[in-house]
Amino acid sequence: MDGPATQAVVSLADVSMAFGSNRVLSGVSMEVRPGTVQALIGANGAGKSTLIKILSGVYPEHGGTITMDGRPVRLDSPATARLLGIHTVHQKIADGVIPGLTVAENLVFDSLTQPSFGVRFSLKGILPRAREVASSLDLNWTDAVLRKDVFELGIADQQMLLLARALHQKPHTLILDEPTSALSMAEVERLFEVIRGLKAQGVAILYVSHHLSEIDTLADSLVVLRDGKIRLGQERPFSWNEVVRAMLGDQVLDEENAIVERRGTEVRLALRGVPLRPDRPPQDLDLRAGEVTGLIGLLGAGKSEFARGVFGATPFTQGSMLLDGAQYAPRSPGDAVKRGVYLVPEDRAAEALLPGWDIARTSSLPFLSSLAPRGLVPRGAESRRGRWVIGELDVVATGVTHNVDELSGGNQQRVVVGRWMAGKPRVFVLDEPFRGVDIGARAGISRKLRALAAEGAAVVITSADVDEILQSCDRILVLGDGVIRSDTYIRETTRDLIIERMSEIA
Amino acid sequence: MDAPATPTAQQAATPMSERIRDLTVRYGVIAITIFLLVFFLASEDTFRRSTTLLSVLKYASVTAIGGLGVTTAMVVGGIDLSIGGTAGMAVTISAMTMVIYDQVGWVAIGAVLVSGALVGLLNAFLIVKLRIPDMLATLSMMFVVQGLKLVFVDGQSVSSGMPLPDGSFAVGRFTPDFLAIDNGFVGPLPVPVLILILVTLAAWIFLTRTRWGRVMYAIGANPEATRLAGVSVSRYRALAYVISGLLASVAGLILSSRIGQGDISAGNSLLLDSVAVALVGMSVMGLNLPNAWGTSLGAVMLGILITGLTIAGVPYYAQDVVKGSVLVVALVFSFTLSRKKARYVSAV
Repeated sequence: MDGPATQAVVSLADVSMAFGSNRVLSGVSMEVRPGTVQALIGANGAGKSTLIKILSGVYPEHGGTITMDGRPVRLDSPATARLLGIHTVHQKIADGVIPGLTVAENLVFDSLTQPSFGVRFSLKGILPRAREVASSLDLNWTDAVLRKDVFELGIADQQMLLLARALHQKPHTLILDEPTSALSMAEVERLFEVIRGLKAQGVAILYVSHHLSEIDTLADSLVVLRDGKIRLGQERPFSWNEVVRAMLGDQVLDEENAIVERRGTEVRLALRGVPLRPDRPPQDLDLRAGEVTGLIGLLGAGKSEFARGVFGATPFTQGSMLLDGAQYAPRSPGDAVKRGVYLVPEDRAAEALLPGWDIARTSSLPFLSSLAPRGLVPRGAESRRGRWVIGELDVVATGVTHNVDELSGGNQQRVVVGRWMAGKPRVFVLDEPFRGVDIGARAGISRKLRALAAEGAAVVITSADVDEILQSCDRILVLGDGVIRSDTYIRETTRDLIIERMSEIA
Repeated sequence: MDAPATPTAQQAATPMSERIRDLTVRYGVIAITIFLLVFFLASEDTFRRSTTLLSVLKYASVTAIGGLGVTTAMVVGGIDLSIGGTAGMAVTISAMTMVIYDQVGWVAIGAVLVSGALVGLLNAFLIVKLRIPDMLATLSMMFVVQGLKLVFVDGQSVSSGMPLPDGSFAVGRFTPDFLAIDNGFVGPLPVPVLILILVTLAAWIFLTRTRWGRVMYAIGANPEATRLAGVSVSRYRALAYVISGLLASVAGLILSSRIGQGDISAGNSLLLDSVAVALVGMSVMGLNLPNAWGTSLGAVMLGILITGLTIAGVPYYAQDVVKGSVLVVALVFSFTLSRKKARYVSAV
């Protein structure tokens, strides 16, 4: 790999941004220096995304100044930002890859629009160039892979593709927004290798993440953003206690307290002979009422397949299920909801939220037939439902007519979880419920789930994050490649043991 | 976590230009309608007659009811392009029932409504079961229905006394009760205007106040999230197309009663007008969603415009230019000026 074309210090002075009267950033001053990894930490809604968008040229109307090597620059479009050598790999992979095009076409996409590309286009003709782009990240993709539709790649490989594309432009500043959110542990390790390499070549890296452990591994310095202001700046060695305090403000961290383990006795949902991934051995599993079960595994372990199968969203093709001893074979989510089996899906924006809908309507949607048995939706009952969700889950909002789009990620998730809790779940499955959710919301939701289990529900949380599971579950199932590798109660296991189980090769 | 700003603080801080923009988006279509009305009232004597004003509403009734059909399909994130064809077929079927088969008006009405529901069911089958995109499925259905209508009558308009293939003559005629659908009055109100008001009211209540309408809007906003909320999305999409087909056949009934014979070209222009008023309706009150009152108001606006231009002596081909331009302005309200993201037919 060659080094970046130029090196420059990007500095922000007194940068601010407001949407209408809503100030999302104020007085932000920071630097990203060549050859260093600068971490940016903040809870959801702290202003991280806005800051990233300013640096990638999406919001030219920001206040304050941005300089490169002392010269003021105006980042008035994403093209300008890239031209100046600032490249961003956004968190949402779907915003970067172009469906319907091949892997090769996606790799060379930046040059497709250049006049120098010429007029003639053939897939064969671009393969060498695609290989070259892929090699900037040492991706040894064969021609067969390059000819595939990009959607046939796994999400992690799509992420790698986008990173390779950015690296090929030889950026002097690289912004990585939550780059590991879709990656498995091995892939994260690979990404870290790449980042270390870039650092050695003098690339300036702005690394945005929720994961303190990643920042501990990678970063040279960090800044903490809360409510649009920088609250803390640290150089290595970091003091995590201070960092977390700065992130959360005065909020008390009660998740430090270990949970009090509770064991359920009565089997609520029994799976018999259900393969969690195609061509993998069928599994038996008993989920008990009165406890929170954590299903932990890496990406592709079969967590979502389990969740969607139990909910009837993607019905299991083999095996059988018993719910409280009675036959249970949901063919659609509607069947599951009727039996009191609910799911909070993995992708909040795509699978749970309705753009433009307020809290009351979002809350009532799954239970309209019981709220409005004769058809007319009673507004009073609907608002009460919304208020219940806001009150029960401590949603920060102006009221039940507050648009869900305008809530922070953590508050959106509180609404999505709360609306199902209002329907008295018998089995409540939450697929990666803490992804993109700040620590405060995570602790709040987790407390509510534990209370729900105490009242007799069977709660299942899936996650790839050991700490999320340790801080919310009574019983821990480690899933690997579609097989349950261990089944223990929290007192019987340790963090290290779980990680060991997770990283075993089947 | 960001504390949400209080509404009052927000208003105070919104700059003047944005407030004007918001007002334009909210009341733009209403303002244009009032402006057109005042303009034609002031400039054209004939426009001031009460018969003219009622004829504007009568004209609007057919477009509005067709438009409400399109609106229903748009609410579930689709579109129905077979509206005009279904209405045209309704004209032919009602004429056949009464003129050729010598039946009474009620039988004709029943036959027409059944035909509309059947077209809707077929659309639903293509879209929900065969998974053909809404726009393509209903476009194909438009051709099928238009052709079918001609097959029924060997390509000829149906009128009393016409020769039949077996050598006899058609003995039936449009019955007075059927003709009253268009030319009758209930008190001071012409029957089609009454139908317009009732259908709009019913559509509004159905779409915004019942759980069925609520679920349909949910499907339009995010079908996957709606499915994962436990809703049978296919069933509701099918229902939307059946309602759309039914409304198209109601529009066809009024049209048939107005023409008084089985004109085979009837309904040809209805599709584009219906889609246009449904789109204009989206921008009313800045909702940026397909909605019943907006669609009917759009139809009234179109009625004022066409009637006014006709009285002013503008030829029909030039009227299309004006019609199109008004549509563009309404779309600018929805898609350009509004800060809410406008939703339209998912994808083809």
